[in-house]
Amino acid sequence: MKREVPILITLVSGIFCLIAFFVPHPFVHDLYGDVQNWAIVVVGCTYVLGVANLLRINVRQAQRMEGDWIYKIVLILGLLITMAVGFSEGNYYSDVHSRFQWIYRTFYSPMTSTMFALLAFFIASAAFRAFRIRSPEALLLAIAAFILMLGRVPLGNAIHPYIPAAADWLMEIPQNAAKRGILIGAALGVMATGIRVILGLEKTYGSGGEGGA
Amino acid sequence: MNPVLTVLRSLDRRWIFLAVGLLVILPLAFGFHLAPVVPSHRAKGFYDAIERLPEGSTVLVAGDYDPGTRAENYPMHLAATRQLMRRNIKIIGVELYPAGVPLADDVLRIVAAEYDKKIDTDYVNLGYKVGNELVMSSMGSSIPKTFPVDSRGIPIAKVPVMRGIENFQQIDMIVSISAGYPGTKEWVQQVVSRFHVPMVAGVTAVSAPEYYPYLQAGQLQGLLGGMAGAAEYEVLVGKPALATRGMDAQSLAHLFIAFMILLGNLAFLPQRKPAKG
Repeated sequence: MKREVPILITLVSGIFCLIAFFVPHPFVHDLYGDVQNWAIVVVGCTYVLGVANLLRINVRQAQRMEGDWIYKIVLILGLLITMAVGFSEGNYYSDVHSRFQWIYRTFYSPMTSTMFALLAFFIASAAFRAFRIRSPEALLLAIAAFILMLGRVPLGNAIHPYIPAAADWLMEIPQNAAKRGILIGAALGVMATGIRVILGLEKTYGSGGEGGA
Repeated sequence: MNPVLTVLRSLDRRWIFLAVGLLVILPLAFGFHLAPVVPSHRAKGFYDAIERLPEGSTVLVAGDYDPGTRAENYPMHLAATRQLMRRNIKIIGVELYPAGVPLADDVLRIVAAEYDKKIDTDYVNLGYKVGNELVMSSMGSSIPKTFPVDSRGIPIAKVPVMRGIENFQQIDMIVSISAGYPGTKEWVQQVVSRFHVPMVAGVTAVSAPEYYPYLQAGQLQGLLGGMAGAAEYEVLVGKPALATRGMDAQSLAHLFIAFMILLGNLAFLPQRKPAKG
């Protein structure tokens, strides 16, 4: 029963969603809306599980003082304090002058922006140390990279209008052709997997890592 | 070995970091205006699609990003909101990134003050809802059921701009400002292909190549890629701002990275061994 019930729920809801896609009858339409809302509620519950799991793992590591345990404490305190402040302010948490917004603007926003900004430094360093032109393919890649890096900024157009035109050609013809192929292949794979899940042939989602049939 | 190459091979990467830092900070601080920004046909497509909307239309603006990609997404979000409000188009904001709500609130508040627009009558932000594609699909059935309250907790039945809005049939266009998943791709797959709502998108530079097939197929009417795309669009909107100011820094950083690739290959060229005897 532990295996059959989830498969049955998947089968019924999967087939129903497929039918609802093609049948515009009000009854089906309304029920489809309800099913989607149930699914949103279930997804919401998984976030709670995620927070609980995060706490469980990090509290255990902090207790054992493993490795970078001090950062685990910062993480746990940050999580609990932000949650407590957010809950205490109720619907006013989104107010510009709320304490929750202060935490967001003072800590969260600069820290996440900084993490992303660090990429510029590491890309420049990697360009110097790792981008080796050792084969004709690597040479082609380097030429394409030069054209794109210059063609995508105003400086490229100032050097010569052909540079952005060449960048556009690279993006819209060879790049697009490759991307389309990947997209079509991925879409076919998604369809095949979807059918396998609905028919109960793909059971990895409910059997703790067991392979499909 | 050549002494210059020896120095290059043992170059401390902190010198590279310093050079990148200076090349980014100095143009931002002093504004060199190295070259004018020339709008691409993708940015023109974005701009023209909004210009074609009649006044009083209702547009859904999805701000699916967070502070991590603020430098790229925020300027395009601001510029798009400026064009929409200037044209008296009603805006319904929605975010599928939890940390995106304050950014969208800021954009709406700043631009509304510029064009004297009022919350509830001219625009509303529905806020964040968990569920990714499910939220998009559910909005196709019923927007009021998916978002019973806005980001302030006010029931949307009491919000005038939401009057008569039931699902995507009442939405004239989607403007997707996206950092990745869930974002532009999912809006195209779940909404554009199913409900045939016109859509334009502003995305991060690194993810832009993913959306070219949708642009060529006409599923996207315009595309802004990264800060450069945002700068092109700012020029079209007629209000050069954050992205345009960042173009000098980005130009120099790109040039420096290209130079680093060349220098790195030169430094690590195989050296001939000196002849013995």
